Amino acid sequence: MKIVIVGCGNVGSAIVEQLSGEGHEITIIDEKQDLVSDMVNSYDLLGIVGNGAVYSVQMEAGVNEADLLIAVTGKDELNLLCCLIARKAGVHHTIARVSNPVYYKEIAYIKEELGLSLVINPELAVAGEISRLLKFPSALKIDTFAKGRVELVKYRIHEDSLLCNMQLKEVRFKFASDVLICVVERGDEIFIPDGNFTLLAEDEITIIASSTRIASFFRKIKVPTMRAKDVMIIGGGETSYYLAKFLVDMGIKVKIIERSKEKCEELSELIPEAMIICGDGTDKDLLLEEGLVQTESFVSMTNFDEENIMLSLYAKSKSKAKIITRVHRISYDEIIDNMNLGSIVYPKYITAENIIEFVRAMQNSVGSNIETLYKLNDNRVEALEFLIHDDCPLVGIPLQNLKLKKNILICTINHRGSIITPGGQTVINVGDTVVVVTTQTGFRDIRDIVE
Amino acid sequence: MNLSIIHYILASVLQFCGFFMLLPYFVGVYYREPQRFCFLFVALICIVIGSLGKLIKPKSKVFYAKEGFVTVALSWILLSLVGAIPFVLTGEIPFYVDAVFEVVSGLTTTGGTILSDVEALARCTQFFRLFTHWIGGMGVLVFILAILPLSGSYNMHLVKAESPGPSVGKLVPKVKNMARILYIIYIVITLLETISLVIAGLPVYDALTLTFSTVGTGGYGLLNSSIESYGTAVQVIIILFMFLCGINFSIYYLLLIRKPKEILKSEELRTYIGIVIVATLAIAMNVKDLFQNMFEAVLHAMFQVVSIMTTTGFTTRDFNLWPSFSKMILVLLMFCGACAGSTGGGIKVSRLIVLVKSVKNEIVRMIHPRSVKRMHLDGRPCPDGIIQSIRVYLAIFVIMYLTSVLLVSFDNFSFETNCTAVLATFSNIGPGLDMVGPSGNYAAFSPFSKIVLMFDMLAGRLELLPMLVLFSPKTWKK
Repeated sequence: MKIVIVGCGNVGSAIVEQLSGEGHEITIIDEKQDLVSDMVNSYDLLGIVGNGAVYSVQMEAGVNEADLLIAVTGKDELNLLCCLIARKAGVHHTIARVSNPVYYKEIAYIKEELGLSLVINPELAVAGEISRLLKFPSALKIDTFAKGRVELVKYRIHEDSLLCNMQLKEVRFKFASDVLICVVERGDEIFIPDGNFTLLAEDEITIIASSTRIASFFRKIKVPTMRAKDVMIIGGGETSYYLAKFLVDMGIKVKIIERSKEKCEELSELIPEAMIICGDGTDKDLLLEEGLVQTESFVSMTNFDEENIMLSLYAKSKSKAKIITRVHRISYDEIIDNMNLGSIVYPKYITAENIIEFVRAMQNSVGSNIETLYKLNDNRVEALEFLIHDDCPLVGIPLQNLKLKKNILICTINHRGSIITPGGQTVINVGDTVVVVTTQTGFRDIRDIVE
Repeated sequence: MNLSIIHYILASVLQFCGFFMLLPYFVGVYYREPQRFCFLFVALICIVIGSLGKLIKPKSKVFYAKEGFVTVALSWILLSLVGAIPFVLTGEIPFYVDAVFEVVSGLTTTGGTILSDVEALARCTQFFRLFTHWIGGMGVLVFILAILPLSGSYNMHLVKAESPGPSVGKLVPKVKNMARILYIIYIVITLLETISLVIAGLPVYDALTLTFSTVGTGGYGLLNSSIESYGTAVQVIIILFMFLCGINFSIYYLLLIRKPKEILKSEELRTYIGIVIVATLAIAMNVKDLFQNMFEAVLHAMFQVVSIMTTTGFTTRDFNLWPSFSKMILVLLMFCGACAGSTGGGIKVSRLIVLVKSVKNEIVRMIHPRSVKRMHLDGRPCPDGIIQSIRVYLAIFVIMYLTSVLLVSFDNFSFETNCTAVLATFSNIGPGLDMVGPSGNYAAFSPFSKIVLMFDMLAGRLELLPMLVLFSPKTWKK
């Protein structure tokens, strides 16, 4: 597909990395010469230096022949203008990044009137992910399928855990549970495990099942499933606003520490229920004074990745809180992972997931087929939710008779609202949604999973 | 340095080299020449070794600019070394160094031969010799990229290292498609010229092989007298196609996608046309006494000018016998070369434009020390990096040129011979002046000088840097 991407900052480059790996014809537009030449040197794409909202620049990028335009600069207005002009120039699908809560409130209207195919709000998506994590602080990462009915939970096995040194078939038998362990990450290796796989301490396992079953499973293995009662958020940007909104609605006590007086006042106007502290979030004494030691969860979301990591390390040393760190730019994922910091949230990946989901669905000639897509374990595993159409060749065949490709696991089937963890006799029906986990990336259609 | 991926690409190159060599075999089959078996033999060996080499998959896909340079330089050396084998096997060029010289000269589209009698060659050998021009003109790796499903970011590094010109303007987002577009344009031009030459009365074999030599801006001819003994119609057709192949191929792409306005913006094209016209008229005035009428003077002047400027190296008259003003103009054109992104060599017109403009800017800065002036090319601001790299290019060009002249002068030929021999190989032209003039050849040089000249040809074709990077010890340090 021909795709034009305007803006190659954090989000833009994460999208390019993914899409160029999937073989699309990509043209990027950015005003910064050095950013563009970096991208041109590292990926197979065409780079144009200029303002993406200018018609002649868009024409030079071949917008009139493009299938999709994605505007992900840091400025909402510019993104919307880009999409508007591209629509007029003949692009059918446009995606805009809109972050400002003021615009986002009326996003349905904007989307309709400007003919946008998709609006992405990285800040909102991040806030959503963090709020899910605070609902169940024992998890490292939570993704949802089937409109929230199925959850994908990543969990690190501690040394004293009941799961240690246990084979997967034993797990199922011993805890009489109906959850599926679909991915295991051990050191640098990724496994899609079978029944004979033995779990070890420090493994990071990903569990999939309906949310109630997951909760009961964790109770059985004696992992606390209580949500956090209070949270301390460092940094008062847009994400903090969205997050605080979510958390206040859930009844969690929110405390935001923000340096700028103006922002503090704005936040206090918008979220009267939250406690807003005006002060330097990197000040040790302030953190201790505001109860860092007692807090149940700690979210570091300043604008500097380094600061966030330092803050989280400090919080880890002082308290037993659930720690969540937002990392924007830094690409040393492995090193941060090894610090054992708890949950790390990467806005750029969350955004890229949304866009790839859309692009793959668009590419499908049959029509939209991918419902949801998540990239797991540093992009090495994909979890996809497919909708089954009536022309799907897999319908009506027991799963044991299907010749699946290697390293693929059919995790759950959502049949008319009931979530089934499939066995060999299970059959897929039209209208079901099926969640598949795989280490092979790039699937567009459910039929890609069979040989 | 990621050797495993370089190894993998080189194996593909060898495989392709084998397929190319099947073509002269088929020509040999048609004309029933016994030499064809030498080509078949080498072709099969190449295909087998190449295919075996490709079985070892690259361990990592890490590929940076330096790997691009090294891969391209090694590919060209490999092709030259392998391509020389059939010449030795057929016995037509008994010495291996000579055979390599002939192939390097072919691949780099130089066209300077060591053979004193090219008419004695078998038809299949002759076909192979001229075909090297065609494949070398647009580039071997570009060809492979257009066909092979090599994917990843490293494509661009290969194209950058192989294509002529200061910067590679990407026409379309994917390198693979760009390579295809270039080759399609190239093939269309090839067909057009072949058909024109057939209509002008040449046999199909002659038309096709001469076309290879023209569109690759090579310069190997079928006859010892180059193009001199062909009719006027043929000469005019060849002038036209040499001229067309000296133009940046992206211009044709712009024509194809119907953006003719963009073409008018190209300063390089305007300058190129301007230089051809001015040089032709100047030489025609200078040599008009040697010809019967003005038409002939202009025709032959133009032929020589276009041939030298596009770095083809065909000749219709021995310009070595012309007055020294005309000779000097031709030598200047040897430095100048064709447009960037064409199949021609030399310094390239666009580089000269930037150099002249930067000199102008420097002078303005002397007079108005606080003035700020951004250089524009084709109506757009020119990035600083390009100006810088062009200056460096020129510096390297001069250093390498002078060093080569020094090394070649061991052979104790005339000053004119040494200077123009190095220039004609470095700019991928072919004929120089005096001993290496249109009626001479490179046979008399010592093997050492031939190696120096081969290095110059490869360096000139690959725009200096790949060869320098390959032989720089720093590249290989861990």
